[in-house]
Amino acid sequence: MSGGVNTAVVDSHGRPIPLSERGPASTWSMISFGFWLFLLSDIVIFASLFATYAVLSNATAGGPTGQQIFDLKNVFIETCCLLASSFTCGLMLIAAERRQLRNFYLWALVTWLLGAGFIGLEVTEFSDLVARGYGPTHSAFLSAFFTLVGTHGCHVSSGLLWLLVMVAQVATLGLRSTVVRRLFCFSLFWHALDLVWIGVFTIVYLGSVHV
Amino acid sequence: MSDEHPGPELSGNRHAINRNPRPHSDPADPNLHVEDDGTTSSGSYLLGLALAILLTLASFGAAITHIVWAPGLPVFLAVLAIAQMGVHLVFFMHVNATEEGENTVLALGFGIFIVMLVVFGSIIIMANLSNIMPSMDQLMKMQR
Repeated sequence: MSGGVNTAVVDSHGRPIPLSERGPASTWSMISFGFWLFLLSDIVIFASLFATYAVLSNATAGGPTGQQIFDLKNVFIETCCLLASSFTCGLMLIAAERRQLRNFYLWALVTWLLGAGFIGLEVTEFSDLVARGYGPTHSAFLSAFFTLVGTHGCHVSSGLLWLLVMVAQVATLGLRSTVVRRLFCFSLFWHALDLVWIGVFTIVYLGSVHV
Repeated sequence: MSDEHPGPELSGNRHAINRNPRPHSDPADPNLHVEDDGTTSSGSYLLGLALAILLTLASFGAAITHIVWAPGLPVFLAVLAIAQMGVHLVFFMHVNATEEGENTVLALGFGIFIVMLVVFGSIIIMANLSNIMPSMDQLMKMQR
């Protein structure tokens, strides 16, 4: 099993060359590190929304509590969709790196459909809540809930748009190295959204059950 | 882009966040040799998926049923969530503590520090505030 970097850069005498003496970093290192910093700052945004939710989760203003309005079955299906799409996204990246065009299109399609299924379920949940009168204006708890989960949904939606753009780029430019680098950034973004969703389903949905 | 080598020999490691993109032998520097395990990484994704499914099922199961002692449930769920985040970071995003991954791990550590500061700082300060502040009813009475 790999994925880790088991590389050792050595000179002609077999001695390891220190990182500081290997010349400028590669384009790949710089891009992946820069994108990693973007993702971390994005996660800090989510942290502030999580903090807001944690502070306001009991401020129901006489309205419903989370236990009364959340449907855990729906949340479980959403979680499965996102986890499966994270996995197929990894397979998509492997296919892209091996320049297997057909596999790439297949896994990109599966990833997109699973992500779209997640968004579909979330939109259904939101519209159902609003139809029952429990919109974001109902209480501070619901405002915080819609902001946190809605921001995550917006990120997933923009990820779906990004994936469409990437498929269009592969179709026109082919799997050249710049395109594969962008696909790599997309996969990091997609995995990070799944990471945030772990926090959402644990704190927002499961945390409300036994309160 | 001169550092790009789209050859198949690197495909195994190509997607690790901090993998070394150098080829086995760099034509620009004949003294440089890179040992690459060159193995495929779909196994890493499979293992990550299996662990993530187990942890997800465990947290949903614990929340729905009453297997776990109720006062301990929040801690149990938090531990499972942190474990699953770790699984995602290691098996899906390939964060590792190799020499080149140092910067990634350092940035991640700083990110976690800021996240903890924001979340727990907000919770503690707001809980304190609501303890000290008189309630809204009392405030209204004081204004009269």
